[in-house]
Amino acid sequence: MSIRALNITKSFGRYTALDHVSLEVPAGKLVSLLGPSGSGKTTLLRILAGLEFPDPGSGARVFFHEHEVTATPAGRRGVGFVFQHYALFRHMTVADNIAFGIRARPRAQRPGQEQIRERIATLLQLVQLDGLQQRYPSELSGGQRQRVALARALAVDPKVLLLDEPFGALDAKVRKDLRRWLRLFQEEIKITTVFVTHDQEEALELADAVVVMNNARIEQVGDPQEVYDRPASPFVIEFLGNVNRITAGAGHTTGSSMDALYVRPHDVDLQPVHSAERHHYALEARVQHVFSAGNYARVSLEGTGNREPFEAEISRARLSELALRPGDHVAVVFRHVRLFPKGEYIEADVDKGRLVTPSFEGTGPA
Amino acid sequence: MASIVTRIRGEPLRKSQSTTTEPAWCRRLMIGTGLVFLLFLLLMPLVAIAYEALRHGIGLCLATFVDPHARSAILLTLTVAAICVPVTMVFGLAAAWAITKFSFRGKSLLTTVIDLPFAVSPVIAGLIFILIFSGTHGYLGPYLEAHDIRVIFALPGIALATLFITLPFVARELIPIMQSQGREEEFAALTLGAGGWRTFSRVTLPNVKWGLFYGLILCNARAMGEFGAVAVVSGNIKGKTSTMPLYIETLYFEYNSVAAFSLASILTGLALVTLLLKNVVEWRMTRRPS
Repeated sequence: MSIRALNITKSFGRYTALDHVSLEVPAGKLVSLLGPSGSGKTTLLRILAGLEFPDPGSGARVFFHEHEVTATPAGRRGVGFVFQHYALFRHMTVADNIAFGIRARPRAQRPGQEQIRERIATLLQLVQLDGLQQRYPSELSGGQRQRVALARALAVDPKVLLLDEPFGALDAKVRKDLRRWLRLFQEEIKITTVFVTHDQEEALELADAVVVMNNARIEQVGDPQEVYDRPASPFVIEFLGNVNRITAGAGHTTGSSMDALYVRPHDVDLQPVHSAERHHYALEARVQHVFSAGNYARVSLEGTGNREPFEAEISRARLSELALRPGDHVAVVFRHVRLFPKGEYIEADVDKGRLVTPSFEGTGPA
Repeated sequence: MASIVTRIRGEPLRKSQSTTTEPAWCRRLMIGTGLVFLLFLLLMPLVAIAYEALRHGIGLCLATFVDPHARSAILLTLTVAAICVPVTMVFGLAAAWAITKFSFRGKSLLTTVIDLPFAVSPVIAGLIFILIFSGTHGYLGPYLEAHDIRVIFALPGIALATLFITLPFVARELIPIMQSQGREEEFAALTLGAGGWRTFSRVTLPNVKWGLFYGLILCNARAMGEFGAVAVVSGNIKGKTSTMPLYIETLYFEYNSVAAFSLASILTGLALVTLLLKNVVEWRMTRRPS
């Protein structure tokens, strides 16, 4: 079932959590709301769930498929909600937790004891926790608790699954496993799913579409590749992945003055200062540190002109070729640069002939 | 701790470890002081009550409970407790629920007002009710007189005064528990389609049941033992408005110390049972899966 939220505004006292936000989630898709804390992503999710309601009189409307649910309370929206800290009923067994939603139905729609027991067993199998019916939440690990919470949410046959930082309270390894499992699971049952996260890696890996939020507004909506490769704003490029922000003067191609230009560390190429392969556009920088633990080596550098710090990510083979040490001078080429001049978006690529070179000279203390 | 650890390892206690634990003489002095206070202020009076009650034989002691005035005092005390405990429970649950699960105007005022009975002297609590309900000079006096309703020097007054004193017990116990548990379980119940009552009875109440029980035990003990506020409003009419604590005092001033102490041992016994229950509940609360 598709979700359509139109013109959502929500304030808490004088604080605006959502400022005229509209969002559409196609049926069967897995969409992530990504943003820093305080960006409004959780509030938006809770409004979709019916746990919060938009400001009255703001013209906000929420539709599930074609039905308007703006004023429908959570219990009658047919949503499954999973909380960051599980919110399992601590005094109930796993079985009772899962059956809670079924038993809360009106008597006429309530299945018999035997059917409920079967349903619990099926759901536990689905979340790979067979046989744990009689355990209490306190006897389970974090990953198990979150899967019980998911089974409990699915027990009421929701049309929409909403997850609020579902992996936020888990440790790194469990988080990765569970993330992969959720992806497969969602593909299998094809339920429209929205999840909130502040972890960009999680959003990019898991979602069909990423909704980047900041400051009570949506900055960009797109599939993971799109938001990563074609960020719509300085905020998006800074929030998604590592990026060097270089406060430079004018870009040579456009001539207009910029606040800053952005270069991903893996788009920074390093070359020996005195060599034939040195690119004629290259700038000079001084090596400060070399971090070589990991798949790639990270080199932190400082422009020789204005002492602007930035980072390069090069392969370890390239690092040993260059034999860089702190204090060495290197030639730097930015292979791919992004600029955001007043609402426009400019991309420059060294290999395609359009090049932007920041003028290190003249901006900082020379 | 340090000394335990070293003993397990089989090493002798060395002087250098005294930085982590007090010197032996200091520990003994502190424990000793504590024990002496306990002995003189708590244990001896308890023993003395039982001793005084039984000094002239168990027969005389039991004779106290044949006294119709003593019986009426016990009955009155039980009646007052039976009124106060449920009312305090309902109020406590409602107040704690409202304060911890919702935000509304005047919330901090309510939180403060709940503590008022703890801060006000019981005598003043009694006087407030005289001021409002007294037949001769209370604000509502003329109205009550006209309708022949007796509040002061009667059961309603005693119950009201006791209620005032015991009102915070359950709420005070529940608020921190509910605050630490947060609202997420209730939200989860709502998304699963449960209504308000089902959410309260199946989720909220079971989560606080031991805290609630603990509050009720304390409330009951106080309701039975309250002296100051009740003394002001009851008029202490023997056989009519004299509660157990009041009647004990009366008996004592009439030099009937056997009867006074016999009745006092019942209150004391009740206190001991309360303490026992309290410990059982505390044990359950810590053992309960969190």
